[in-house]
Amino acid sequence: MTAQLQFRNLTLGYERHPAVHHLDGPIQTGALVAVVGPNGAGKSTLFKGIVGILKPLAGGIELGGLAARDIAYLPQIAEIDRTFPINVFDMVAMGLWRRAGLFGGIGRKERDDVEQAIAAVGLTGFEDRAISTLSGGQMQRMLFARLLLQNARVIVLDEPFNAIDAKTSADLLDLIRRWHSERRTVLAALHDIDLVKANFPETLLLAREPVAWGSTPEVLTPANLLKARQMCEAFDDEAGACAVAVA
Amino acid sequence: MFYDTFIGPFAEFEFMRRALAGSFALAFGAAPIGVFLMLRRMSLVGDAMAHAILPGAAIGFLLSGLNLYAMSLGGLVAGFVVAFAAGLIARATELKEDASLAAFFLISLAVGVTIVSVKGTNIDLLHFLFGTVLALDDQTLILIAVNATVTLIVLAVIYRPLLLECVDPGFLRSVSRAGAGAHLAFLALVVVNLVNGFHALGTLLAVGIMMLPAAISRFWARDITAMVLIAVASGCVSGYAGLVLSFHAGVPSGPAVILVAGGIYAFSVLFGRVGGLVRQVFPGRHLEA
Repeated sequence: MTAQLQFRNLTLGYERHPAVHHLDGPIQTGALVAVVGPNGAGKSTLFKGIVGILKPLAGGIELGGLAARDIAYLPQIAEIDRTFPINVFDMVAMGLWRRAGLFGGIGRKERDDVEQAIAAVGLTGFEDRAISTLSGGQMQRMLFARLLLQNARVIVLDEPFNAIDAKTSADLLDLIRRWHSERRTVLAALHDIDLVKANFPETLLLAREPVAWGSTPEVLTPANLLKARQMCEAFDDEAGACAVAVA
Repeated sequence: MFYDTFIGPFAEFEFMRRALAGSFALAFGAAPIGVFLMLRRMSLVGDAMAHAILPGAAIGFLLSGLNLYAMSLGGLVAGFVVAFAAGLIARATELKEDASLAAFFLISLAVGVTIVSVKGTNIDLLHFLFGTVLALDDQTLILIAVNATVTLIVLAVIYRPLLLECVDPGFLRSVSRAGAGAHLAFLALVVVNLVNGFHALGTLLAVGIMMLPAAISRFWARDITAMVLIAVASGCVSGYAGLVLSFHAGVPSGPAVILVAGGIYAFSVLFGRVGGLVRQVFPGRHLEA
């Protein structure tokens, strides 16, 4: 087994306040990892660190030879301007960014790829629809189609199943399983403990500090979950500099 | 009759042809910029920046009179300083762009009007505030055309990141670092086009040829490409119809152009295909599926 990602005493945060504190450890190539924790636990922050949007306050992340931009990222749906006048096809085609870049043309081959990705998530026929007309579930399907096109070795999903019905969740989980079987490395921030237990072999329980990390049944014990829930959410304005030595 | 009304003025008078060419060039550059300003929820930012260029242009006027290049340069410098300062502050801090621009808006207008009034006459002041679309000389016309051309080229270069930054900024930052550069280039284009509009329509009306066509386009299209095309077209129509109106009715040409755009806007609000009021009140019977 080789590590795809390696966290080295990673601290991420905002204005010097840590939101992810002293995270250490490897994510193996091909791992399927659920990141679980209460709101404010640092799940989104960790993902933003992995894809390079947020610079670490201390420590670092080794990407196993990948560039941060080679990692496919599903932002939380709330960060997307759903009123923007763009149609489903164009939105999905953005997944070709690494291939097409600023000016690269989108030819017949690329159009076919986009069509296939749209078909794979069950949105065929929606190509010309404005994204403002999509339901929450359709929106998430569209974003998964974009992820498919990115064809990345590492895929990071920030709360992919929030406010999504059972049918859509099941369909999207199938895609995640497919990625897993293709030995892609997948991390997903999730809140549904039962869904995690049923589908994700590995779990990182995060409450700013890592509470537990390992095989899902061993991590998601009542004791650990209680510990995670007791995490204090607020930053302490009076906090002194962290005393833990930086490796 | 038809010829006399709609074509005659342009066939007969050179200043009308120049004004028409200038209006078209303005519409081609400014209208697409306006669409992006609107989609980025920065509609009023254009207004604030238009006022920010006034003191710069006024200082150019103070130093070298009604010199095209001095006033353009002054306006550009002032506009860039304000745009980039506001843009950088918004990117680096929690303060939103509109908040940092709002302060500049009135201060700049006051400073600019003061400078122009001290040095020049009321005619000069009117020229600054409302432009002189009927008195475009060769130099000015060429400058406007060059600026519009550069705008379209730069817009083509930054189109993808600019668009993606509006819809899904998190995704853009995960695949590319072009977002910040595109944003700054876009702000520069806003300034260039406002200075452009300043020559023909003055600081108070330059925003009109930028934002009204954009607002119009929102009522007729659901897709950004179509919106840009509609905005340019309605900008051109406003320019042409405004000049015809001003010629026959004897009203000032700059305001006439903006008035026509305003008329099209009012029509669009009422009858627009996308979210127009009449459609909302009489949507027709609901569909089967």
